[in-house]
Amino acid sequence: MSTDHEMPESASHKILIDALTADLVPVRRLPAPLWRAAFWLGVVAAFAVGLYLAFDISVLLVHFEHMPETRVALAGAVLSTVLGAIAVFQLSLPDRSPRWALLPLPGLALWLGASGLGCLNQLAIIPEMRWYTLLEAPGCFVYIVGLSLPLSTLLIFMLRRGYTLHPGITSIAGGVTVAAASSSLLYIFHPFDATGTDILVHILAIAVVVGVNRWFGGRLLNR
Amino acid sequence: MAAAQAGDRAAYHIVLREIVPVIERVARRQGVTGTAVDDVVQEVLSSIHRARHTYEPDRSFTAWVTTISQRRALDLLRRQTRHASRERHAPLAYESYAEPDMATDRPLDEAERARVLSAAIAELGEGQREAIEHLALRELSLAEASRLTGKSTGALKVNLHRALKALRARLGGQL
Repeated sequence: MSTDHEMPESASHKILIDALTADLVPVRRLPAPLWRAAFWLGVVAAFAVGLYLAFDISVLLVHFEHMPETRVALAGAVLSTVLGAIAVFQLSLPDRSPRWALLPLPGLALWLGASGLGCLNQLAIIPEMRWYTLLEAPGCFVYIVGLSLPLSTLLIFMLRRGYTLHPGITSIAGGVTVAAASSSLLYIFHPFDATGTDILVHILAIAVVVGVNRWFGGRLLNR
Repeated sequence: MAAAQAGDRAAYHIVLREIVPVIERVARRQGVTGTAVDDVVQEVLSSIHRARHTYEPDRSFTAWVTTISQRRALDLLRRQTRHASRERHAPLAYESYAEPDMATDRPLDEAERARVLSAAIAELGEGQREAIEHLALRELSLAEASRLTGKSTGALKVNLHRALKALRARLGGQL
């Protein structure tokens, strides 16, 4: 091992400062988090328009008519998506508090609460409904996970433009946001009245999306 | 900092130099002591360099630096705690261990030397370990190591120097 001469710490700071200064190139300032959230939400809205044009929207209208919980659950999922998007883009900046991750909680409570209530109501009215929904549940799972893939990819790509100091929390919040967005989109062509009869499958799909985001997103955002 | 974002090197140099005492103060307040304070300074300077595009000029620069420094200090303290929890103080284990070769003043053989060195390198911080592996063990050039790690050559040089110093302190005359 070579015996390098001793270098005082201030000298090593100076070397680093000189190197960083020499490495300096002009950078384009990151747009405000609200603008970045709006862009991502715009892409989600574009998906919604695409699905609206491709599927029969009357299914959703029937849901609204017969199941008021559906309206509340959809409002909760949309609220979770919007608040979640704002939260993750705030979290992608190094000087923001990790408490931003709590922002989507009211939306989440509304969404999951109304879905759970819908589930209980539906089972009380039509007990055999659970068998129909069990047949449909894998489809919902595939839709949520499938819709989440492009939305997660875009979200992680946009978050990497930032510099989060909380990659774990940010990726979990991102996973919840993407899962909420995918569930919101699923309501457009959801085949049953029961808003939450397949809630377990929804929760499983959300857990998968959040887990995958935590695993990959956490690694990609950790710098 | 706004000028630095536009590429003003002189302004950037002044900013980086002037925030060193701020970072040191924050690190000490978080409970970082000794030479670890310098590790925090190095990590914060590198973080600021990579995150400079995220600074919004209408917000407080001091608050921005302070938050990054607090976070990096906490990261370092966590790493230290993890290392400490893996280390075991077992003096009896040394005393009861039969020395295979009674000639204890004989230098370590090649394999043993490699094992001791590997263990010491594994205990280094990530940046220092990276520098020693690429520059000293694989004998890559600074430019190659910089391309592989995404770190500036200056940061690599500093990390190598600090790694060598840490290894010397840890290994003493063992090798």
